[in-house]
Amino acid sequence: MAGRLERHAGPEGNARRSPGGRLRLAWRRSERLRGYVLLSPTLLVMAILLGLPLAALLLVSFWTQDYVTLDTSFTLANYAAIFDYAQSPIYLTLLGRSLLMSAAATAAVILLAFPIAYFLAFRVTRRKLVWIILITLPFWTSYLLRIFAWKVILGFNGLINSGLISLGLIHQPLEFLLYNPTAVTITLAHAWAAYAILPIYVSLEKIDRSLLEAATDLGDGPVKRFFRITLPLAAPGTIAATLLVFIPTVGDYVTPALVGGTSGVMVGNIIQALFGRMNNAPLGAALSVAMMLTVTLLVSALLWRGGRRRRSAQAL
Amino acid sequence: MARRRGSDGLSIYATLYLIFLYGPVLLLPLFSFNDSYYVAFPLRSFTFAWYREMAGNGPLIEALRASLQVAAGVAVVSTVLGVLAAKALTRYDLPGRAPITGFIMLPLVIPALVLALALLVVLRRILDVELSLFTVAAGHVMLCVPYATLVMISRLEGFDRSLEEAATDLGDNAWQTFWRITFPLAWPGIVSSLLLCFSASFDEYVLAAFLSGNQATLPVFIFSQLRFPQRLPGVLALGSCILLGSLMLVAFAEWIRRRGTGAATLDLAPAT
Repeated sequence: MAGRLERHAGPEGNARRSPGGRLRLAWRRSERLRGYVLLSPTLLVMAILLGLPLAALLLVSFWTQDYVTLDTSFTLANYAAIFDYAQSPIYLTLLGRSLLMSAAATAAVILLAFPIAYFLAFRVTRRKLVWIILITLPFWTSYLLRIFAWKVILGFNGLINSGLISLGLIHQPLEFLLYNPTAVTITLAHAWAAYAILPIYVSLEKIDRSLLEAATDLGDGPVKRFFRITLPLAAPGTIAATLLVFIPTVGDYVTPALVGGTSGVMVGNIIQALFGRMNNAPLGAALSVAMMLTVTLLVSALLWRGGRRRRSAQAL
Repeated sequence: MARRRGSDGLSIYATLYLIFLYGPVLLLPLFSFNDSYYVAFPLRSFTFAWYREMAGNGPLIEALRASLQVAAGVAVVSTVLGVLAAKALTRYDLPGRAPITGFIMLPLVIPALVLALALLVVLRRILDVELSLFTVAAGHVMLCVPYATLVMISRLEGFDRSLEEAATDLGDNAWQTFWRITFPLAWPGIVSSLLLCFSASFDEYVLAAFLSGNQATLPVFIFSQLRFPQRLPGVLALGSCILLGSLMLVAFAEWIRRRGTGAATLDLAPAT
């Protein structure tokens, strides 16, 4: 670092006379300045398209809708309405249900994905790239079409029902397949698979193989070795996968709208309705903020507990 | 012996999992050739009728053109921003690097609905901008910059800084250094970022639904068609075409990105 600065100091000696020259000198000398300038276009765009809107959403959540006009005086009325379970149970009910459905879908995704990540990391030796591409490909096809495919499969006149009827196994279509929370969970578990497999795979791939050999040499069987070495070392990837699936699915509204029916309505659906036909954007904004706060608190609690357990494990 | 059996069980599971992943997706092309309005077994006769109907559908072609325009613009803008950010984050030792990276990656962990509504609030209630394809593109840039930055960081990480310094010491200016050293080394990442951002924007529904105004993009158009059973086969035909296009695009992107980088050497290592 110091060497580079000295090296550059020579040729710029004569640039020092003019103010422009001085700026150029500062530019050449300061690594950090160049880094920040290079970063600034992206940061500016993200500040305008991401930071500003999120701040605005927060601001609007403290306003109120007065029929057609917005009352811009600061108030906590929206939040009071959301957390007043006796008066309006729908918000907390839907929030709780969304968290449960997302948690179920996340658990399903992780449980189904872990063996695949394990397979990729430990069993596939040749053509690893082909396997990785095979697993990530469906993820890049239209989300809408993948949900739609499940609607076609599970529907009243759908593939499972029509298939079973044409095989003569049932005579009436099964009605419990579509338009319920289970349908939403299955669809989400399918749609978010790649998000879970890749982080877990990366974690498993990084495990030092000699640790596994050491465990075997010291007398651990495959099962014991898995729980004592592999699973704890795969924890970072598994936690990352959990967050990457859980956080966005809580606010999903397309999946429940297409396959959830009335019993599968999630908090995202009512947020959308508040901004749309119910014309109460401030309450919708407050509900969005409340949803994100709840998720953040849950996630922080999870990470904190995980961190504490790891620390106590290290202390041992 | 035990290891052998375990490996077989895992292989069977992996195969079943791939069927679970691909089964639902591959049903779309299967039924797009089926001569019936209803997506149900048993299959009827083979037909191209739905593809012919699709080609003659004016609003569909219009939506397709809108989506292509938005996706192309978004891919270029997001990739440029991603390259700049990734270069700054990997090349320079910047204080505040972690929170800056965290902020750029924020759209990955915020529900798309919240992002869409937040943008809608700013555009409609504060700035009073008319919704158009430009507002959709703005939303998609915000969504794609994290992808582009991630792809470019993974490409530029471990990039030998002394190459650029050598070029500078040998008399190249910043521009020459960029074109002669940085760009040739980064281009596989750039191509794959362009393709991934294009594909992400082309498929995105939630932001497009809220920010598109009168001109629908393709996913918005598809969603509006899902309500009408008689339009279903046409949507299946369209969906099959999109699937084919996306698959080719992404396979190409992955192939470019992994060529000669970590994953490829990792792939070859056991064979040597």
